[in-house]
Order: sequence, then structure tokens, then C-alpha cells
Amino acid sequence: MADASPRTDISTDDTDDKNQRFERGKAITVGASDSSDRSKDKTDQKTLRRLAQNREAARKSRLRKKAYVQQLESSRLKLTQLEQELQRARQQGIFISSSGDQAHAIGGNGAMAFDAEYARWLEDQNKKINELRSAVTAHASDTELRIIVDGVTAHYDEIFRLKGNAAKNDVFHLLSGMWKTPAERCFLWLGGFRPSELLKLLVNQLEPLTEQQVVSIRNLQQSSQQAEDALSQGMEALQQSLAETLSNGSLGNSGSSGNVANYMGQMAMAMGKLGTLEGFIRQADNLRQQTLQQMHRTLTTRQSARAILAIHDYFFRLRALSALWLARPRE
Amino acid sequence: MADRVRELASKKAAVIFTKSSCCMCHSIKSLFYELGASPAIHELDKDSSGREMEWALRGLGCNPTVPAVFIGGRYVGSAKDVISLHVDGTLKQMLIDARAIWF
Repeated sequence: MADASPRTDISTDDTDDKNQRFERGKAITVGASDSSDRSKDKTDQKTLRRLAQNREAARKSRLRKKAYVQQLESSRLKLTQLEQELQRARQQGIFISSSGDQAHAIGGNGAMAFDAEYARWLEDQNKKINELRSAVTAHASDTELRIIVDGVTAHYDEIFRLKGNAAKNDVFHLLSGMWKTPAERCFLWLGGFRPSELLKLLVNQLEPLTEQQVVSIRNLQQSSQQAEDALSQGMEALQQSLAETLSNGSLGNSGSSGNVANYMGQMAMAMGKLGTLEGFIRQADNLRQQTLQQMHRTLTTRQSARAILAIHDYFFRLRALSALWLARPRE
Repeated sequence: MADRVRELASKKAAVIFTKSSCCMCHSIKSLFYELGASPAIHELDKDSSGREMEWALRGLGCNPTVPAVFIGGRYVGSAKDVISLHVDGTLKQMLIDARAIWF
């Protein structure tokens, strides 16, 4: 039926137009005046805004990713460097904990290094003592015993050497006795054992001793006691002096150049005093070493062997006591 | 100045050069008093020619310079030497020989 009304014709034309514009439709079109065009534009504008935001978000995301990757790369580089340093340090014999305990590993490196050296020394000491014990039980000759005894005394010299080096690095670690077990710390004197006390313990276990030997050991005990007292008094003087140095002057009204100069002077003096602690530990260790050497000079080879075993057994029991103490059941 | 040091060192049986701030010197002084010796003490930091005397001591081989111990006019050593000599009984004998102590 060809009822060609003009209206139909017009509307068809309009629709065609709309369709065409829609086809082209992603393009930016402005300016249509009728209401349907305006709503079309609103949709277009929303779309456009959305697209612009997407582009912006994508750009930001790319930038973040780039920054992240750069950070990863530089961290990887740093990690490689640190691993190399660690390797180098390990080769130099510096003990570095492989646990995650960073703070201690870096700060207390000297202390941990010494603790490791001491642990190794104890292991070696135990081996030598076992060798000596076997020789004594097997009634080895004096000549054979002498060799082993000399080996042990030389090994004792080694720990004093290690302590001397450690004192340069961290004198407070040595003084604290934290490198020893708790029960040993009861008897701590200037970073180690008290020689006169050790002699007191040994004298009974070394019998039979000749008259002369008894007199020698008694004199040695007394000399050591006197030297210990002298060193202790020096330490007390040091403490007093340090306290006096730090207790003078007030910290108020900071900013006055006089006060600042005083403070710095105080600190400089106090630093000097702390520096002398190393000397005291050194003399204490020297006393220990000399006392042991003098004792051995007074004894026969067999007596020296017994003395060495007695000293070792005593400290072994102290360490065992410490282990028991640490493992004791608590409420 | 080395002469001054030597002169002072021979004036008494036991002579110790010290510094008032040196606590190791305090230890060695204590040891001598404990043994009954009355050493002459010369504090280098309180002496007008202290610095030159310290130089002279260094020249004599004293290291550290204080405490510097002389017995019977002869240089015996510093803290380490004195303690070692005391442990093996030599120090006492030296003091007896120099008549700083009697037993």
C-alpha cells in the first residue's frame, strides 16, 4: 500500500541522519540543538570524561610500575653488594650471625667475634685436657707429660692474647663477664678469675708438696693477693675520678658558649678516663698469666699435670652448674 | 733533664714518677705502701719542669712514661714490669737490697 505520507518520509530521513551520526558516533560532536541531541551529547560527554579518566589512570599506573621496578633494581644491587661484603668479612674470620638478629650482629661485632673465639678456644682446651688426662691415667713418662703440659700452658697464653685483642675493641664486654657462664660471673674480678683464689683451691689438691713448695705457693698466693688489691684500688680511684668529672657543672642555660665548652671539656676528660680501662684489664690478665707461670715453675711435671686437670675440672663444674641453673624449672 | 730525673731517682731507695690523673699509678703506689715501702712520689703534672721530665723518661725507654719505678736508683719498669717482678718475688728482694724495706 503506497500510502506515502510526508510525515513518514520526514521521520525516515531523520532516523537515517541519526544513524549516520551514531555510526560516526565516537567522534566529538557538538552543537545539535534538539533535546534528543543534547541527551546524546550528555552521554558522549560522560563517555569522554570516562575515557579521559581511564587514560589518566593508566598513565599513573605505568608511572607507579616504573618507580617500583626501579626500586627493585636498586635493592637487588644493594643486596649483591652486601652479600659480597659479608663474604669478605667471613673470610677475614669475623664472626657474623646468620640469624635475622641484625642489630646485634652489626653493633656488637667485636663482642660476638670474641665469644666465638673463646668458644673455639674452650673446645681446643677440652681436647688437650683429655689428652693430658689419658697420659696421666696411663702413667706416661715425665718427658711425655712435659710435652703435653707445655702444650696446655702455651694454649693458656693464647686466651690471654685473644683477650688482649678483644680489650682494644670492647673492654666493657670483657669487664661484664658476659662471655662467661653465669656461675663463673659470681667470681668475676677485672674481667676474669682471681688468681689468689685459684691458688687457694689448688693447694689442697696438689699434695704431697715439699716444705719449700708450700712456702712458695703461700708466698705466691700472698703476692697475687697484694697485686689484686693494688689493681682494685686503682679501679676504685678511676671510678671516683670519672664520677667527679661528670658531676661538675650544670647543664642549664645551654647556648652559653662557656657552658658548651665546659660540657665538651668534661666529656673529653671522661673519655680519656674510660680509655684507661683497657690498661687495667691488661694488667689483670698479665697477673693471671704470671701467677700461673710462677706456679708451674714451683711444681714438678706430674704436679703441674694434676694442677692443670684440677683447674679445668673446677671450671668445668662451674659451667655445668650454670647450665643447670639456666635450665631450672620456673613457676 | 735526664740528669734531674736520675738525681731524683737516686735520692730515695724507692722512687716513682706519676701523674695525679693516672689511676694505674695509684695502683702501683698502693702496692708499694702495702709492701711497707715509702717511695718518693714525683707527680709530673704538678711539677714545673714536668713535661721535660716526661720527655727524659721517654728517652730512658719508659713506655708508658708513668708510672716509672726506680729502686736503688735503677729504672725497674712500668706497671706491667713491677707486677711481674712482684709475682716471682724479685720485687721484694730488690726493695730489701735497696733497704726500702727490711723483710
